[in-house]
Amino acid sequence: MPEQNSGSAREVLIRYYDGSERTATILDEEVPYPDGKLIVSRTDPQGIITHANQAFIEMSAYSREELIGTNHNILRHPDMPAVAFQGLWETVQSGKKWQGYVKNLRKDGRFYWVKATVIPNIRQGKLVGYTSVRRKPSRSKIAESEALYATLK
Amino acid sequence: MPFNFTVSPDFAPDHMSGWFYFNTWMQRQLGTDIHLELYDSFEAQRADIRAGKVDLIYANPYDAAMLVREMGFKAVARPAKKRDEALIAVPADSAAQKVEDLMPGLRLATTADPDVHTIGMIMLEPADLDASNITQREYDSYILIAKALLRGEADVGFFLKDGFLELSDLIRKQMRVLVSSQISVVHHALLVGPELQPRFDELQSKLLTMHEDEKGAGVLESMAINGWERMSEEQTEFMIDLIDTLTV
Ligand SMILES: Cc1cc2nc3c(=O)[nH]c(=O)nc-3n(C[C@H](O)[C@H](O)[C@H](O)COP(=O)(O)O)c2cc1C
Repeated sequence: MPEQNSGSAREVLIRYYDGSERTATILDEEVPYPDGKLIVSRTDPQGIITHANQAFIEMSAYSREELIGTNHNILRHPDMPAVAFQGLWETVQSGKKWQGYVKNLRKDGRFYWVKATVIPNIRQGKLVGYTSVRRKPSRSKIAESEALYATLK
Repeated sequence: MPFNFTVSPDFAPDHMSGWFYFNTWMQRQLGTDIHLELYDSFEAQRADIRAGKVDLIYANPYDAAMLVREMGFKAVARPAKKRDEALIAVPADSAAQKVEDLMPGLRLATTADPDVHTIGMIMLEPADLDASNITQREYDSYILIAKALLRGEADVGFFLKDGFLELSDLIRKQMRVLVSSQISVVHHALLVGPELQPRFDELQSKLLTMHEDEKGAGVLESMAINGWERMSEEQTEFMIDLIDTLTV
């Protein structure tokens, strides 16, 4: 990955789990989590977005049309270690709830931190997808997560 | 044997008679006996639900999970444009300007209302506050929470937004809202149990047009509900999934 030149935009190559990649513009600027709101999205069993609420659209800076039908990894920030998402997928695929702190990448290159909970959606005994609900994290949890994720990369 | 109808104990006391009118209205519409049983406590009501003593319930979103997923209830309608939102208020002269200013040791005034309490606790998380580092006291109504704040017996209070707005101006002016939820997909729902489900379609069509006739509209007004909206099975499941993510 190219060196970070402080404050300004940098181009970063993001490599996904399935081997695909994309170059994203990263701005090291945080967008604060909106007070009182929940950011909600749902995916199919493969992680393709099927639903996004208004708060999700506003915080991600993508339009609903851009989001629906797209892989949820469109929000992956290069500062997030791959193992965090491996843990997420292993947990929800085994039918359990996953909770963790995630740094997300917006369309405009800025980022936002969330406390996320992901659960499997079971209908008539069958897995039909996953729901993720995010809430506002505390600054201390963000600081802990930043320190932890830096060691996991 | 009459069917049994009950209402989540968080209903506003001012609208209690409205639920009795509604019960009478339903009995006329369905031509069957329905007994309305009101409870003071969520615990007593849940015990009767588990014992199979409830056929129809205006349920809190939090209890809907158990009712739908464990007891086979189905949502027949939800109140139009009525969402359950919570807010955190402090006395007007509190030093706290935002949630992050709140400190461990804080004295919380709350109610047994499970969704308001759950959403309230989530809104305290950004200040690193949880059940382990605050003290909580449960009150029976929102007016009592307001009084606890005004008397200096509590530092913050959790309110149902509608409950807060129903307080008098005089009382409300002595408080300040720190944060208010904007979730918009969490709400109460009218749920029908297995015994009454053969009448589901009939009840639903009567409910959806209830606001159109004069008597029906009057009953709705006495419950402070604008009308009933259809709620699909998937909308119900989605709301339950969402609540599920909030309880961890
Ligand atoms: C319901 C659901 C919501 C998700 N939300 C996010 C998210 O907000 N941000 C994110 O980076 N990954 C999220 N993921 C994980 C992504 O699917 C993906 O694993 C991750 O972005 C890393 O990309 P990769 O696994 O393709 O390498 C979510 C997954 C699920 C099932």
